[in-house]
Amino acid sequence: MVLIFLAALASGSTLAFLTIDLGQNWSYALGLRTQKLAGLLLVAYAIATSTVVFQTITENRILTPSILGFDAFYILIQTILAFGFGHLSLSRMNPQILFLLQTGIMVGASVSIYRWMLGGRKRDLQFVALAGLMFGILLRSVSNFLQRVIDPGEFAVLQDRMFASFNLVHADLLGISAILIGLASLIGWRMRRDLDVLALGRETAISLGLDYSRSVRVALFVVSVLVSVSTALVGPVTFFGLLVAHLAYRVAGTHRHAFILPAAVFIASITLIAGQFMLERLFAFTTSLSIVIEFFGGMVFLFLITRRAT
Amino acid sequence: MIETRALTKRYGEAVVVDNVSVGIPRGGVTSIIGPNGAGKSTLLSLISRLTPPTSGAVTIDGTNIASIPSRHLAKLLSILRQDNHFSVRLTVSDLVAFGRYPYSRGHLTPEDHQHVDKALAYLGITGLKARYVDELSGGQRQRVFLAMVLCQDTDYLLLDEPLNSLDIKHAAITMQLLRRAADELDKTIVTVLHDINFAAAHSDRVIGMKDGRIFCDGRLDDVFTTDCLSNLFEMEMSIQVWQKQTIINYFGPSRRD
Repeated sequence: MVLIFLAALASGSTLAFLTIDLGQNWSYALGLRTQKLAGLLLVAYAIATSTVVFQTITENRILTPSILGFDAFYILIQTILAFGFGHLSLSRMNPQILFLLQTGIMVGASVSIYRWMLGGRKRDLQFVALAGLMFGILLRSVSNFLQRVIDPGEFAVLQDRMFASFNLVHADLLGISAILIGLASLIGWRMRRDLDVLALGRETAISLGLDYSRSVRVALFVVSVLVSVSTALVGPVTFFGLLVAHLAYRVAGTHRHAFILPAAVFIASITLIAGQFMLERLFAFTTSLSIVIEFFGGMVFLFLITRRAT
Repeated sequence: MIETRALTKRYGEAVVVDNVSVGIPRGGVTSIIGPNGAGKSTLLSLISRLTPPTSGAVTIDGTNIASIPSRHLAKLLSILRQDNHFSVRLTVSDLVAFGRYPYSRGHLTPEDHQHVDKALAYLGITGLKARYVDELSGGQRQRVFLAMVLCQDTDYLLLDEPLNSLDIKHAAITMQLLRRAADELDKTIVTVLHDINFAAAHSDRVIGMKDGRIFCDGRLDDVFTTDCLSNLFEMEMSIQVWQKQTIINYFGPSRRD
């Protein structure tokens, strides 16, 4: 019931985004908007799904992949590649292939690093949160350092790749992103019932006969792919996932991922599309969508932290 | 029959379970007793593959558990741990239904629902079905978790201090339930107990552990001697039989003397 309502709301906002105020040259505007919409939908999907899956396997509802520096990791890989190859080869390279290369490195490296970080004998949430935050800062600092010492020409190319935002989605990556997201979702959807069990914690999951380490590895793989895609398309977004995941838990009213995951995706789509729509039509681009969303997401984060402390 | 062969668990320098070889036969209630830090819970974790051993092996009905697929093992052996704390909010029937996961992988069949209802009825908590687990009292919650483990329908049931945080009434009810499960449902119950009077009242066999090793092991009457228990816990104890019940008095000198 709730899902149908959310789906209707999502398609409503999609329609409004596409059609309202199209103007004279409607075919041109429609094409432009469709592209932007596709980007927003992909990002909404990737962030919502990755956050919910990540929170399930880490058995917490405060940490998200981006709080632990997953997206900083992606940017570092991008920077290192630019640094290593130089801008000539980088700009000549097919952007899709470059994207796949970056995603591949990201998935391989992050699965092993985060498995180490999350798989300790005693999974202490505070340890993971602190280590993850520090790790994120470290990655960002290394990226910054490399960007300082890089050749200005190479930096310009890199900057072009990194300066993505909700307004300026990288259109050339939309197709390949959709394919990657589709594959990751297929895996994720097939393990939706395993995710229900994973949420009960390591010991319970094992005693119920789940192959725990394999499931966590697969889930982390899905999360890394999704984060790579969203970071490549619109750049790092820290608190958005937290916001939509929490709304989804509230709205779904069940532990079953078969409901939570679609709910989170719909909520994320509604938020992004409606947000972008209002931004363009009402505020005439005076502010940026990520600022608004991060503001509310950050408030939710603070609320959760303080509520847990008491 | 569950057997351990030279089972050892080390955390860095500390040896928690030290070269333990012990057999737990099929049927009845076996209690594991001993002072704090004796390695009782770790032994249970090792047997139920929640903790990988440093060395040694565990066999169940002759097969090494390391070679049994986890999914299959979940139909042979279930474990109820001490702290069951979830970040998810679940209703009682949802949680108990998780006990059917090894069979249905999340697709609940009518047969699974029957098992859930039977387990709830067996523990007398059918009325709590729609309640949320986090809103229940400690005693109710313990019975819900027991129902989940019963639902798993395994021959072997391992329980880590199932009486923890229960008042005496619920502790007594729980122990009687376990006894009944052993007698009526033909389960093999292995439980870590702190209250040796409960162990005396309901177990067939007792394993005493101390400093990671087996201190004593055998039938209840053989292990529950003044000598053995006093040495195991390093304190004065006297054993009396009163109305066919073995009562262990470890409370020290009486005020009435």
